[in-house]
Amino acid sequence: MTGPQLDGLCVRDLRVTFDGFTAVDGVDLDVPPGDIRFLIGPNGAGKTTLVDAVTGLVRATGSARFGDRELLGRDVHRIARLGIGRTFQTASVFEELTVVQNLDIAAGATRSWWTLARRRHRVPDEVAAALETIGLADRGDQLAGALAHGQKQWLEIGMLLVSDARLLLLDEPVAGMSHEERDATGALLETVSRDRTVVVIEHDMDFLRRFARSVTVLHAGKVLSEGTVAQVQADPRVQEVYLGVDTASEA
Amino acid sequence: MTAAPLVGTDPASAAGTPAGGRRGRRFDGPARTAAGFALGAALLFAVAPLTLSDFRLSLLAKYLCVAMVAVGIGIAWGRGGMLTLGQGVFFGLGGYAMAMHLKLADAGPGELPDFMQLYGQLDELPLWWRPFASPWIALPATVLLPMAVAFGLGSLVFRRRVRGAYFAILSQALAAAMVILLVGQQGTTGGTNGLTDIQGFFGYDLDDPVNQRMVYFIIAASLLALLALARQLIRSRYGELLVAVRDGEERVRFLGYDPAGVKLVGYVIAAGMAGLAGALFVPAVGIISPALIGIVPSIEFVIGVAVGGRATLLGPVLGAVAVAWARTALSERFPGTWTYLQGLLFVLVVAFLPGGLASLWALARQRRSDPAGARWWRRSRAADPAETRTEVSAA
Repeated sequence: MTGPQLDGLCVRDLRVTFDGFTAVDGVDLDVPPGDIRFLIGPNGAGKTTLVDAVTGLVRATGSARFGDRELLGRDVHRIARLGIGRTFQTASVFEELTVVQNLDIAAGATRSWWTLARRRHRVPDEVAAALETIGLADRGDQLAGALAHGQKQWLEIGMLLVSDARLLLLDEPVAGMSHEERDATGALLETVSRDRTVVVIEHDMDFLRRFARSVTVLHAGKVLSEGTVAQVQADPRVQEVYLGVDTASEA
Repeated sequence: MTAAPLVGTDPASAAGTPAGGRRGRRFDGPARTAAGFALGAALLFAVAPLTLSDFRLSLLAKYLCVAMVAVGIGIAWGRGGMLTLGQGVFFGLGGYAMAMHLKLADAGPGELPDFMQLYGQLDELPLWWRPFASPWIALPATVLLPMAVAFGLGSLVFRRRVRGAYFAILSQALAAAMVILLVGQQGTTGGTNGLTDIQGFFGYDLDDPVNQRMVYFIIAASLLALLALARQLIRSRYGELLVAVRDGEERVRFLGYDPAGVKLVGYVIAAGMAGLAGALFVPAVGIISPALIGIVPSIEFVIGVAVGGRATLLGPVLGAVAVAWARTALSERFPGTWTYLQGLLFVLVVAFLPGGLASLWALARQRRSDPAGARWWRRSRAADPAETRTEVSAA
């Protein structure tokens, strides 16, 4: 379904500044090929900004390489064509198009104008395969706007699969999901990571414990801790940051 | 509130939902399209010419030109979300290109058009008029010139991510600039009067009612051709992509497309359609002038599309013809009140029927297939989040 090579993400000294406020402050990050890396950290730690920088949405200094390609400085759609796919905190599917149409569009960024000018007469193979993978095979003709919240998130992940993204950056994929939906999403991530590299921003610690292969903790724009779930949980600095935030938010 | 999800479902079926499944019962697919075009052709080529007087038929020719502009706006605005308030520019470019050629043909080889002799104080034809003496240049230019201008403007604007109200205002400013330019260059453009008193159309005398009918038939055939083109566009993968850009430009970008290019194509096609409409308007009416292409007519083009239903194939056409017809009918009886009525109509449609009159049709069809209306109610509730979002973006 994808190309043969499996690449990793390598970020060096990444900095993002908004009007003097430094949101990401010299982050180094290595996500090996095929990893499921969870990015966690309190609100404002710079998790989403980091993903924004890697996908070209905000300007950054430093370096972010996927395989042997430098990502920084390219246009958003060019980065996407290098195999970097992302989702957003609020599922953004095309609600007035059907599930199949959504996937077909995602699959076609490299189509010629000649192909675009004609009708789609059947469901392309990669779209059919993705429908199975994301469990929406019986909903292909339904409008995406009529899907349940969790299904929209899966559809969005499916759109990244058919677009041949080899690095998936998922921003809070299980927010607002039921327990069953979370389990299904976790299983989906494990399937997907067989031939892709996955980075997940998530607040849900239970979900993290079950599905993370490695974890990076960000705090105030810097990497605070990194390692396996057990290593990170045992790190006193992480406990301090999280306890501090917890008491602050409860106050 | 009730109309939006229906508008949402209807274009989606036009955008390529495979026939069958839950829509299978309905008369659909190629047979329906062929029947639709046959009906349109019968109305335009048989019923109208047989029942209407020469005067009414020439009015209808004029309305159909407006409808051709509307087909383009339906693509750019209805499918692509680009509210273009400056289609008069492209209509005007097509119209002036045609009128310049016809004026030169009227004047005869080597002669100046009449208005230049009157107040131009020109000894010879201005350089930029000369190419239009040849029909081989003037005719393609009626379509290609507007497309080129739209390409230039669109390239500048869409890459800079100018959209929504900013794009609408910018396109309107273009219409204003074009009028100022034409009025200011009276000696070579005819100024406020425009290019008037056009006598012949490629050797045919336009005063002869038979030839006026011929022009009408050309216009009707062109409209049907544009509808066929628009239908193909809407149902193609490009048509689906255009809707995706309309509803989630950033999402499309993150999938690896450049939305600027997608929008540019839709905008350029709409400009070409407006240009062709302007070109055919000239022999039908015998005049092209700044008052016919400025801000007010540009907005009137859009009103017809909004009233008819911008996201559907036929809505813009029917809306454009209906509004233009109502304008003539009402201003014959109540001169002076039409502007207010038109404004009221626009406000009512935008406020209560954002999908235009086409959504009434969809509503009626739903009711008929399910008398209790239960299914419609259920679906409109299911599609609720989409509905809210549509309303916000429409506002």
